[in-house]
Amino acid sequence: MTDTSQGSTEISDLVGTADLPEPEVPGEQVSESAYRRLRRMVVLATATVSLLPLAITVVINYVQFHEALQAEAVDPMARLTLNTKRSLELFLSERRSALTFLVHDRPFVELCDRAALTRVISNLNRSLEVGAFVDLGVIDDDGGQLCYSGPYELEGRNYSDQDWFHEVARRGTYTSDVFLGFRNSPHFAIAIKHDRPDGGFYVLRATIDAEMLSEQILTAGLQPTDDVFLINRQGILQSPSRHYGEILGQVPLPVPHYSPTVEVVELEDDRGRTIFMSSAHINISPFILVQIKPAREAMGRWFSLRSELLAFLFISAGLILAVILWGSGQLIRRMREADERRTALYHQVEYSNKLASIGRLAAGVAHEINNPLAIINEKAGLLLDLVTVGPETRHEERLVAAVDSILRSVQRCKKVTHRLLGFARHMDVQTETIDLENLLREVLGFLEQEAEYRDLTVSFQVQDKLPTAVSDRGQLQQVFLNILNNAFAAVSDGGRIGIELAREDADHVAVTIADDGVGIPKEHLQRIFEPFFTTKSGTGTGLGLSITYGIVKKLGGTCRVESEVGTGTRFTVVLPISREG
Amino acid sequence: MDDLRLLFVDDEEELVSAVVERLELRGIDGVGATSGDEALDHLREGSFDVVVLDIKMPGIGGLEVLRTINRRHPEVKVILMTGHGSAKDSEIGRRLGAVAYLEKPVDLEDLLMTVDQAVNPEGGGPDGA
Repeated sequence: MTDTSQGSTEISDLVGTADLPEPEVPGEQVSESAYRRLRRMVVLATATVSLLPLAITVVINYVQFHEALQAEAVDPMARLTLNTKRSLELFLSERRSALTFLVHDRPFVELCDRAALTRVISNLNRSLEVGAFVDLGVIDDDGGQLCYSGPYELEGRNYSDQDWFHEVARRGTYTSDVFLGFRNSPHFAIAIKHDRPDGGFYVLRATIDAEMLSEQILTAGLQPTDDVFLINRQGILQSPSRHYGEILGQVPLPVPHYSPTVEVVELEDDRGRTIFMSSAHINISPFILVQIKPAREAMGRWFSLRSELLAFLFISAGLILAVILWGSGQLIRRMREADERRTALYHQVEYSNKLASIGRLAAGVAHEINNPLAIINEKAGLLLDLVTVGPETRHEERLVAAVDSILRSVQRCKKVTHRLLGFARHMDVQTETIDLENLLREVLGFLEQEAEYRDLTVSFQVQDKLPTAVSDRGQLQQVFLNILNNAFAAVSDGGRIGIELAREDADHVAVTIADDGVGIPKEHLQRIFEPFFTTKSGTGTGLGLSITYGIVKKLGGTCRVESEVGTGTRFTVVLPISREG
Repeated sequence: MDDLRLLFVDDEEELVSAVVERLELRGIDGVGATSGDEALDHLREGSFDVVVLDIKMPGIGGLEVLRTINRRHPEVKVILMTGHGSAKDSEIGRRLGAVAYLEKPVDLEDLLMTVDQAVNPEGGGPDGA
């Protein structure tokens, strides 16, 4: 330690109270979570204003395209269904008209003649271009078949117990479901009632091959995956279907409710395919015309368009989000850096102010103490003079010893006050030529009390003919005080701190302060000069080394640190030397 | 140095009396003054070789007294003394013609050496100059 190792309690106390290296200045550092919150808000707001219009546009396009393409797919289908419905109705109506004509044209007795009936059938089949009657029967109002012409022996058969007979009696006309009947071939019947002048009635009933119905169904323009067929109101197939079963089988689809027009619905069939089903009820018949088109074929264009639309949406949204995230990250980072710089500056100013006021206080104290100290000094000196100059007195030896002790104490006090004054004087001094060794010894003076208590060894090595540095004395004191304080904090009791002054190169001198303390972990080493980086949780502001770094840079020097956990830390401050010396 | 006349000026009377007494014990004709006014009075009444002057005093301060001495008694050597080492004060003092600048508390032997150098700048002092 230096030769001023005694009696610097007051200074250390003063410095300790003032907390020089880690000033407790009011911080306005913005917390990490505040930046995160801000970034969230920026991202949210920007994303909302940019993604919402995009999403709305895409949704509108989606709906419009869907409607347009669906109409494009569905309309021709509905038209085809309507045309087929009309041709089927015409087909049935022609046959009903033929029968109506018959009952009005021929007297009842003529119709009740089998040969005449056979003739009628052949004439009708000749006149109607397609679809012939298979047989023809006349049934009286009791339900008994009076006369029959056809391939079966049905004469005399009674129909009074059958529903169709009652219906035709009630409504005047009737078209049956397709049935297998007596010859195991699908056919259906048309019947009309005719009132007789005597008040009774009779029914003319004709059977038509169900094949005729299938032929009426327009199959032109149908894709192989499409299907057109007839069902009755119970969902029984009245004509063969490509995909939904044989004739007279139950169709695995819901039976459409009655509607006077063509209805198109989208649904899922028994095989899980999404299909469009267009349906129309055939007037005065139990038949429902059904046309099926798989949605995949019908909406092929829509599906590819939808994929493109969604891809567009996701790619755009992804790009926008990426830009927003990147941009906001940059923005917040810049903001945070600016904040940190500002806060660090603020703290540095605060710190300097504090240091200056401590300096003024120290100067005041030193000055006030110096005057009485001068009196004590002179009075003690006088005492000594009187004792030694005059004749020998009884207690001369003890008196001289006492006065010497007083004078030594005065010298100690003088050192204290001078150091305080020196400290204060350097507050406002600018660049000057500095003997670094002297300066470091001065700074060590502030810490020697602690060094002594903790039994620390502080060694000093100075290269011969070391040039003086040109710098700001007060700020340089602050720099070394900060570094030495850290070194003191790092070493355990009985530890070693080495200070080395050596020439760095032609223009620079290096001050190295090494300790054998705990060392700094690698991940902390890169950050120790950052403002607010601290490992002294609760006690440190994390500004000491950042201020140190700032000052050294301002003074035209550089700062470097090497450390190894468990081995110790070496701080090196490189300063420019003065030209003249 | 035996025929030396010295004026010691400080606002602390106790200090002044002790210094004067110690100077006398060494055979030096020392006169004390506790204010600038008193010091100027003494200078008017008699001649002094050296004036040791405290800068900070109530009433007329040391630097003001120094200016007056320069004007009226340019032959008198002035040594300045201060309780706080302001670099500015010492610079001003030097420019005003003070021969030396001492920081309080001043050791009497140091003071006498400075005085000796002041009056014998050519090298008649005990340690030479």
